[in-house]
Amino acid sequence: MNSAVAGDISILIEKQKLGERIFKIAATLAVLISLGTLTALVVDAFIDGFPRLNWKFLTSFPSRKPQEAGILAALFGSFYVIILTALSAVPIGLGAAIYLEEYAKKNRFSRFIELNVSNLAGVPSIIYGLLGLDLFVRLMGLGRSLLAGALTLALLVLPIIIISAREAIRTVPLSIREAAYALGATRWQMIKDHVVPLSLPGVLTGVILSVSRAIGETAPLITMGALTYVAFIPNGPLSPFTVLPIQIFNWVSRPQKGFHACAAAGIVVLLVVTLFLNALAIFLRNHYQRKISARSL
Amino acid sequence: MCFYVFISMIDPNRKKIRARQEFLIKVLLLFCGMVSVLTTLGIVGVLVFETITFFTRVPIFDFLTDTQWTPLFTNKHFGILPLFTATLLTSVIAMLVAIPLGLLIAIFLSEYVSSDVRRVLKPILEILAGVPTIVYGYFALLFVTPILQKFIPGMNGFNSLSPGIVMGIMILPLISSLSEDAMYAVPQSLRDAAFALGSSRLQVAFKVVVPAAFSGITASFILAVSRAVGETMLMAIAAGQMPNLTLNPLVPIETMTTYIVQVSLGDTPYGTLEYQTIFAVGTVLFLSTLVLNIIGGKLRAHYREMYV
Amino acid sequence: MDKTQNIKKIVLPGIETMNKITTNPEHFVLSVQDLSAWYGTAQVLKNISFNIQRHQVTAIIGPSGCGKSTLIRCFNRMNDFMPVFRTTGSILLEGQDLYSSNIDPVEVRLKIGMVFQKQNPFPKSIYENVVYGPRVLGIKNKKKLDQVVEDSLKRAALWDEVNHKLKSNALSLSGGQQQRLCIARALANEPEVLLLDEPCSALDPIATAKIEELIQELKRNYTIVIVTHNMQQAARVSDYTAYLLLGSLIEFGETKAVFTTPSRKETEDYITGRFG
Repeated sequence: MNSAVAGDISILIEKQKLGERIFKIAATLAVLISLGTLTALVVDAFIDGFPRLNWKFLTSFPSRKPQEAGILAALFGSFYVIILTALSAVPIGLGAAIYLEEYAKKNRFSRFIELNVSNLAGVPSIIYGLLGLDLFVRLMGLGRSLLAGALTLALLVLPIIIISAREAIRTVPLSIREAAYALGATRWQMIKDHVVPLSLPGVLTGVILSVSRAIGETAPLITMGALTYVAFIPNGPLSPFTVLPIQIFNWVSRPQKGFHACAAAGIVVLLVVTLFLNALAIFLRNHYQRKISARSL
Repeated sequence: MCFYVFISMIDPNRKKIRARQEFLIKVLLLFCGMVSVLTTLGIVGVLVFETITFFTRVPIFDFLTDTQWTPLFTNKHFGILPLFTATLLTSVIAMLVAIPLGLLIAIFLSEYVSSDVRRVLKPILEILAGVPTIVYGYFALLFVTPILQKFIPGMNGFNSLSPGIVMGIMILPLISSLSEDAMYAVPQSLRDAAFALGSSRLQVAFKVVVPAAFSGITASFILAVSRAVGETMLMAIAAGQMPNLTLNPLVPIETMTTYIVQVSLGDTPYGTLEYQTIFAVGTVLFLSTLVLNIIGGKLRAHYREMYV
Repeated sequence: MDKTQNIKKIVLPGIETMNKITTNPEHFVLSVQDLSAWYGTAQVLKNISFNIQRHQVTAIIGPSGCGKSTLIRCFNRMNDFMPVFRTTGSILLEGQDLYSSNIDPVEVRLKIGMVFQKQNPFPKSIYENVVYGPRVLGIKNKKKLDQVVEDSLKRAALWDEVNHKLKSNALSLSGGQQQRLCIARALANEPEVLLLDEPCSALDPIATAKIEELIQELKRNYTIVIVTHNMQQAARVSDYTAYLLLGSLIEFGETKAVFTTPSRKETEDYITGRFG
């Protein structure tokens, strides 16, 4: 059989080589297209927004005149929402992760919770907005407030925190648990003194990623009824509010070019914050992973 | 032993207190775990309740078959089809971009580059998925659409092509990362066998690695579709807000998600028909993504079982 | 002439037959000449020279980490994938250097088949596993492929066990059957040399016996090189034996001679179980 095609082997190899070359070119192009888009995105926003990027932009309220508009209310709104979101989501997420990893028996009930968490991670964010609108805004009577927005976002990022915290907890070696038990620690003492501190960097990575996600979220907050035009700094958890992405959305939707520049400037601020947080999370993850692998050696 | 007796003699209640404390903590942690279940119940409850009320006012048959969606006009029609096809159209365009590019990149990362390059490239690509979607909306409307208009003269400023393409790039890391994970899990021994039979790298990739990782790769496609179906701001900004039963990618449309945003931006009091429409649309959206996520999750579990 | 001297110097003479073998190029298929190999800066093979006889079984033995696997993987250039791996010296297949720049590794692998330590059938049907190689060669004719499947499975002594279920998944076979399927898959390419890298290490004694029987069958048509850590196996199946220690070829000769009258102390220690 080989002899029948023996003469063709060189042709075959030429064909293979051509295929390799074409694939490599195509794959490199695909990588370049993706990275190019990322670059274009950042550069375009920066060029459009650069003229508006100054101290006045950061410290002014929105205005009818594009050149006087700023993001002060949105910055404060975003800041407060994130703080409240983290305060409510982190303890519950960490608690859920500890329960699933350390307490739950591997039975159908814990499988059900797990499945539930992973399905929640795939629910579109706007659906959480509908939940927030009906549950927090109306039924619980919180109104279209900072607190209602933060609770909505907290439910949204909860799966991210649970999943990453579980992964972090799983990396704590059995030997440390056994050592703690052997010294007479109860389960909770072992968890609080050893598991939680050792998994903290991993948990932190998840928290940073979810904060970065929450900062960029627009749809659920619009749906639960956050305002688009706010010319004041929120004065308490029940105050109406807006956030940076909603402010940007408001400006993008206007026909005037001047507001587009405001939107671009807002995007630069938003990108700086989210990309910084993402980079921090990646750095933490790599740093932490290296430590773990060094330990296993 | 002595020490233990000593403690229990000094404080006979100590063991009891400890046990009670442990129990309380366990209950508290269980509650934390239950929050996610309650969230799901909340979502389903809210959607079902409002949607049922909606269907007492609008026949479900009209909702599923009417070809017009005009709940905000005086002549009201409640056909979900225009919104549904719009979502379908933008998702298809996105997948046409994301599948070939994502798969190329996944194979490249898994079978061609060194582990150093992979370690650098993968997180950089994942940044694409970390950029807020509102930024993509701006980019699609004010950067990509004007460029496309130069090549396609009749194209409207709002259309499904431009946000569809941009969404394709946005969900690309989902496909490339998850597919690469699945390919990476294929045992090296299979690659060795194929190489030893005279395959080139490309043949090993397409004839051995991709088929072996097939369920994982399909899962990544499905999870990416699910993400595309639920994408909101990109569509609200760049695709338009005009319910339009069409497959023409050059004209304005309105996706299911955009409709929810559009109504939410106005003042819609509780109990009105408009208020209920967004929950009815939300239910369709939720069911679509739920089905996709369940299929995707099953496929992922399948490949994990096989090789990990 | 130069080469023979070289071999004498390195292998250390002692066995008369060896010189006969090395000087008559008609009889050998593969000729290893002064082969050295490195992973990065660590040298794993040191100036190895010996010849592999046509239609004979050559066993490579030695303690773990001695470079057996590295050596056998040099024969079909499976080490090429490691970026830090490099070699000097040459391996001649019928006079042509496998490592010369105008030879493509794919060409080498089409002529020299390989079966691995752990059976690694593709997760496809038995039929698809066997025709993989011919398909890579571009053969599409269904009749021809059917014929290849039958021939290869017969030669691997698997036909009678699987001919009724060619379409079922290869992973449903037993470990020993899977390994014979891997041999059939390699044979479908009609290689001249078949490399077996510890082919029985993951198998039970009965499956091992079947493979050993098969090796005796196969040597009528193929030249076989087998790596094994099992000395009894080497003694049972091979005609020639090469003993490797720490990357150096300590001894090479007819199996009978190596096992009964080893010329080197190290070989004797290893064979009698005092080392390794």
